[in-house]
Amino acid sequence: MSRNTLYDNVWEKHKVAELPNGQDQLFIGLHLVHEVTSPQAFGMIRERDLEVAFPDRTFATTDHIVPTTPEGRERPLVDDQAENMLQALERNTSESGITFFGLDGEKQGITHVVAPELGLSQPGMTVACGDSHTSTHGAFGSIGVGIGTTQIRDVLATGCIAAEKQKVRRIEVTGSLGDGVYAKDVILKIITDLGVGGGVGHVYEYGGEAIRTLGMEGRLAVCNMSIEGGARAGYVNPDETTYEYLKGREYAPSDDEWDEYVEYWESIRSSEDAEYDDIVEVDADGLAPMVTWGINPGQVVSVDEPIPDLDAMEDDTARKAARKAFEHMGHSPGDTMEGYDVDVAFLGTCTNGRLSDFREAARVLEGREVDDDVWALAVPGSETVRTQCEAEGLDEVFREAGFEWRRAGCSMCLAMNNDSLGAGEVCASSSNRNFIGRQGDKDGRTVLMSPAMVAAAAVEGEVVDVRGRPEVGN
Amino acid sequence: MAARDTVEIRRVTGTGVPLRGNDVDTDQIMPARFMKEVTFDNMGEYVFYDARRDDDGGLNDHPFNEYKGGSILVVNKNFGCGSSREHAPQGLMRWGIRGVIGESFAEIFEDNCKSLGMPAMTADQETVEELQSFVEDDPDAGLELDVESEVVVYDGTEVDVAIDGAMQEALVEGTWDTTAVMRSNIDRVRDTANSLPYVEDR
Repeated sequence: MSRNTLYDNVWEKHKVAELPNGQDQLFIGLHLVHEVTSPQAFGMIRERDLEVAFPDRTFATTDHIVPTTPEGRERPLVDDQAENMLQALERNTSESGITFFGLDGEKQGITHVVAPELGLSQPGMTVACGDSHTSTHGAFGSIGVGIGTTQIRDVLATGCIAAEKQKVRRIEVTGSLGDGVYAKDVILKIITDLGVGGGVGHVYEYGGEAIRTLGMEGRLAVCNMSIEGGARAGYVNPDETTYEYLKGREYAPSDDEWDEYVEYWESIRSSEDAEYDDIVEVDADGLAPMVTWGINPGQVVSVDEPIPDLDAMEDDTARKAARKAFEHMGHSPGDTMEGYDVDVAFLGTCTNGRLSDFREAARVLEGREVDDDVWALAVPGSETVRTQCEAEGLDEVFREAGFEWRRAGCSMCLAMNNDSLGAGEVCASSSNRNFIGRQGDKDGRTVLMSPAMVAAAAVEGEVVDVRGRPEVGN
Repeated sequence: MAARDTVEIRRVTGTGVPLRGNDVDTDQIMPARFMKEVTFDNMGEYVFYDARRDDDGGLNDHPFNEYKGGSILVVNKNFGCGSSREHAPQGLMRWGIRGVIGESFAEIFEDNCKSLGMPAMTADQETVEELQSFVEDDPDAGLELDVESEVVVYDGTEVDVAIDGAMQEALVEGTWDTTAVMRSNIDRVRDTANSLPYVEDR
């Protein structure tokens, strides 16, 4: 059992009571709400005549179903179902006194992009949202967990979830990242090493030189995909990088309160003598850009290495799963992902839709053009990110290269709006899931990679190795 | 189906639905385009919608086509991974599933099953595969998941399986609806909140 880790410390500070079934009642300090998983929960508390217990600790945005073209956002939305969902959220938040970053506002965006950039996500918090990528907020040194709709009902009505403590696995990422290799490559490497189910029952604590030297946006990308490795939560201990990022943000502590908060944040860090349930080491030295070759985020390979050999797989179930992936992706034995044809390039999402992601992609695109056969889409993770990019002139770089420059939303990560992958199309994507049908048509194919790799794939019309290009340094 | 009031769920019986394969994600169980409804009412119609159909739209030999009327789902490792969407287990339940047995479950999926009063029980690979084969050989045979005794009963035998302790307690005692019990602690919730530097006192 773990001891003196950040997870233990934050859990203890938020534990309200032990429940009759043996679970802990855990206070949720930040509840994030979006339009797809919440309407049923608001309906449930209404049915029971209950009110939202902590409206001031609850913040809502709309992201999953929103159109990303400026004309598409005119009300009422063309899609009746989307309009209905949006209206339900508007009504639910206004009746409950919950702050809502609405579609026409300048702070709208993907919940896991908005909360960090506004300073809502802070160290030592518990964060819950009806979305599995709530693990993202762990980048600040908080416990962020995705929950189902009935659990949203619990949080709305009581400010709490019923939960059991998990094991804590320390993932020590040693060494340093080379040019053209990013946080996304680190987390894809971790998921393929430990497996998509490897983290079930665990929380991941990321540390080591390669994590310490990442900026906050890189740490957010790493923690975001913890759930793809089966870990419901993942976190990084807060440090100067965290504090520097938070200072001055809208909802961050004011200068007057700052020292008191830092004292709290320092107090919940994993101590030097912390005990973990296990420790895993991953070496970042020599790590290549990683890409998925199959139909789950653990089917990952270095861009320049052959995809796995089916015949060499000993486990029958793994071989069957790999064969299904081969068929879906149209692979032949011995193929590498380098040279795999691409029809669509998609840049954005709660994994890689932040300012630094667009900067990295823009460096690759500057002075180049998207391949004639590629449809390229840049979707900022929030309207704040869009404004920041435009202030730096990045939107011009994308437009001139042949990308469509869009408004903020989840977009083609899961195609709940009309940004959708067609049958047989291949998408080079900075998103987090390559499940069958995830980006649109069930015969669409997804290749996950870093933003710089997406930009390079857009230009070349195929998956390429971004290393060695002068624009990413060499 | 209206939300069920809290009742005790000690066992689940019925015929089986064997669904082979590891890492079945909730995008497969419930494709995102069906989640644009503000209630769960119709989710039963959309379960495994794409996986159940051929390219021409006709139904294929997917277990959810072949084992209609089944109520005990038998799966392999890491079932329900990916998205947190409760639409997935809601859809399974509304289709007719009352209990799931598998090698392992993704955590959020397992939590969602508990929220719905749908037991998710685990067994080793050999046990699960034998059960899947049994159902494939005799689709009309009855199975029983005994939540209280942690066994699955079929073909005249009892096989030991496991269930998370909190889920077992909640189902057997009928306390799987956690809102009321947590609401009864609301004063302690406020004390905890007030002890945290980032929550304004109230």
